[in-house]
Amino acid sequence: MALDYSLEPLLVEGNPPLKELDEVIIRPIDTKPTRKYQIVLAFFVSLLVIGAVCTGLTFYYGIGLWGNNQPVAWAFAITNFVFWIGIGHAGTLISAILYLLRQQWRNGIARFAEAMTIFAVMCAGIFPVIHTGRPWLAGYLIPYPNQHIMWPNFVSPLVWDVFAVSTYFTVSLIFWYVGLIPDFATLRDRAKSKVKKTIYSVFSLGWRNSSRQWMHYEKVYMILAGLATPLVLSVHTVVSWDFAAAILPGWHSTIFPPYFVAGAIFSGFAMVSTVLIFIRKIFDMEHIITIDHLEKMNKIILLTGSMVGYAYIIEWFMAWYSGSPFELFTTLDRAFGPYAWGYWIMISCNVFFPQLFWFKKIRRSVPITLAIVILVNVGMWFERFIIIVSSLSRDYLPSSWHYYRPTIVDLGILLGSFGLFFTLVLLFARTLPVVSIAEIKSIVKGAQPTHHEDE
Amino acid sequence: MVDEKRLFGIAALFDTPDEILHAAKKVSEAGYKNYDVNTPYPIHGIDKAMKLKSSKLGYVTLFFGFFGASSILFFMWWTLSINYPLVIGGKPYFPLPAFVPITFEFTVLNAVISTFIAMIAIVFNLPFNSHPLHDTNYMKNVTSDKYGLVIESEDPNFDEYRVSELLKSLGGNSIELIQNPERKAIKVLEPKFIIFLIIVAGITAMSTWWTLNKFMYLPPWNFMSNQNKGSAQAESSFFYDKHEMREPVNGTVARGFIPYAFEGVVDTNEFYSNPLLPTKSVLALGQKKFLTFCSPCHGNYGEGVSRLHGFFPAGPTLHSARVIGFSDGKIYNIITNGQNGIMPSYAYQITRDERWAIINYIRVLQRAQNPKPTDFSAISEINKESGNASN
Repeated sequence: MALDYSLEPLLVEGNPPLKELDEVIIRPIDTKPTRKYQIVLAFFVSLLVIGAVCTGLTFYYGIGLWGNNQPVAWAFAITNFVFWIGIGHAGTLISAILYLLRQQWRNGIARFAEAMTIFAVMCAGIFPVIHTGRPWLAGYLIPYPNQHIMWPNFVSPLVWDVFAVSTYFTVSLIFWYVGLIPDFATLRDRAKSKVKKTIYSVFSLGWRNSSRQWMHYEKVYMILAGLATPLVLSVHTVVSWDFAAAILPGWHSTIFPPYFVAGAIFSGFAMVSTVLIFIRKIFDMEHIITIDHLEKMNKIILLTGSMVGYAYIIEWFMAWYSGSPFELFTTLDRAFGPYAWGYWIMISCNVFFPQLFWFKKIRRSVPITLAIVILVNVGMWFERFIIIVSSLSRDYLPSSWHYYRPTIVDLGILLGSFGLFFTLVLLFARTLPVVSIAEIKSIVKGAQPTHHEDE
Repeated sequence: MVDEKRLFGIAALFDTPDEILHAAKKVSEAGYKNYDVNTPYPIHGIDKAMKLKSSKLGYVTLFFGFFGASSILFFMWWTLSINYPLVIGGKPYFPLPAFVPITFEFTVLNAVISTFIAMIAIVFNLPFNSHPLHDTNYMKNVTSDKYGLVIESEDPNFDEYRVSELLKSLGGNSIELIQNPERKAIKVLEPKFIIFLIIVAGITAMSTWWTLNKFMYLPPWNFMSNQNKGSAQAESSFFYDKHEMREPVNGTVARGFIPYAFEGVVDTNEFYSNPLLPTKSVLALGQKKFLTFCSPCHGNYGEGVSRLHGFFPAGPTLHSARVIGFSDGKIYNIITNGQNGIMPSYAYQITRDERWAIINYIRVLQRAQNPKPTDFSAISEINKESGNASN
């Protein structure tokens, strides 16, 4: 062990004994929910019900209930899809990329971020399916031998999307579950009631914390992290090709893949911050998810926010430099046309406010951080809205120009997706350890041998 | 109380990672093979102390990654190039760059799933909830905050007294004798279980049948098939002429039937020129149409002797100097408008392109009857090239 970790600040404040870590992390699972938790859960479940009703109406009457029409055929559904997929990216970044980079501070937040990835991808996956109008025919997206000899069009970015998102979901789920197995073993050995013990035993698969197991386990965790890293970069790249492969001005651009990936990580970190600020407060985990964690995440938000700002500038430059009158028109139209209100919300939330994180005081202030990350979430939703709707509403045929307005069903489904996401997050926070118990124990001071014998 | 035959091993708990590392080293040096170290989290350097070989699971990932990549590439090639070849966006049948994203995604998916299954099911032999270590005081501590070492009775050097002395001397506490659980035979064929299986199978089959045969024909799934629409031959209650089938708007031009400027003008001085070259496919089309529409009167070779001879005024030969002298445009005019009151107009039977193709074919027939001297040398050239010189 040539590395000297003593220069790092303490990853877990106060250096608690391992037993206490168990207690703190498992307390939300063992105790009865408080009234506050029930109120918050009821609120988000009602949002979920609103979304379910609106989706049901859409299934019955068709997507005529939405504001979509020619030429704006994508509108809210695809905006929400790209938004939620983007939210998911932070989880994989934290759990895989920071793992490969040996950033041990990730251990406190990785489990939560991975769970958010899975829930966000679930929210995202709904939209492409329902926006087709007849979601029960989605099975045709899967290549299977059928009597029509009909195969998916493997050269279409929309089919790439199906493969990318489903792979992303499966890999995230496996990665998450592999991390959970040792924690299920801990839960199993603490469980008092027989039902709980049976459930935890089934999910722990009979894990024994053996060093012979840990050795393979760590190797596989590394392999999964190594595979998840290019995967997460590929997913939003493929999503951006949905647009970049079209010839619409404002979409047909080679900067889209890096721009989308940076934006995805940007919005994802903002969402992780938003939720963690509440979780650490409610569950008394401020010494596990420390202010240093929040500051480090704020730095990443600052970096990716600046990358997104750079992409906006490049869009303006390319609009002029390409010499294409259509590109120039679309860019001007976004900033000064009918959707200018959305454009300036996007610019201020994504480019201006995150720049405040240059100041250390603001980075370490929880209320200001919370305000900024919520603004970033709003701004990133509007970014997708502007890209999709402004380009579609004014395309090459001025005779079909059309100002898109969402209907109440559109808004209901958007609310429903937030309801689904936060309901899942809240249920997760009370049923599974929100911090990886095994990982957090391994980075407490004194958890690793001093290796005096080797010297 | 302790049954010697059922003894699984002897376990000890240690309080610090340094102690467990030291203990693992000593146990390994003492020559024990069947022992294990259980810790709440991976301990750095324990693999060295236990002399474990590094994991080979990376090779599983590598193999199944390559397998996934090649199988999905092969599959996409087979579907889009062999099973149902389709030109999409002007791309070739095997557009490799466009196959890259799915190949990548499938490689990752295949590698991850196979590595996971290999680790859990093959290397660890999980799920294994009946392992003797489960539900012991030892296991409850090593999943929380203690570091444990267990020496199994299967080890050739195992001796109950010596092992517990060794563990004590290494600083282990809570020495525990761990027993194998009693084996209980599981009755898979219990009548209760079989009845349960039958009920599950019945419910699954019935609900599947109901979903596919009834449910999918309820609203809103039937909206598409029950739309207000008219069939071509049905009576209409909406249109004044009671026909569902509508007539085309005046002036509608069908594909391939662009109007001829000299329609009905039998003798005109202006003619179109032939837009088609006498290529193989054009001549094949011309031959087909000639044999269908022209040969009944003009004969299969245009010689004027036909299968209708004697039943109908014979068509003239197409090999006369007069017909050879006709321009392509004039023949086109004759096919389109008819001639002499005997040959009718073929404007509605033969499309524009087909008429030009027929004219090309007639020129071939004429040339065959009146070859030029150069044709003979050309034929012998061709024969030589194809190695058929005897002709």
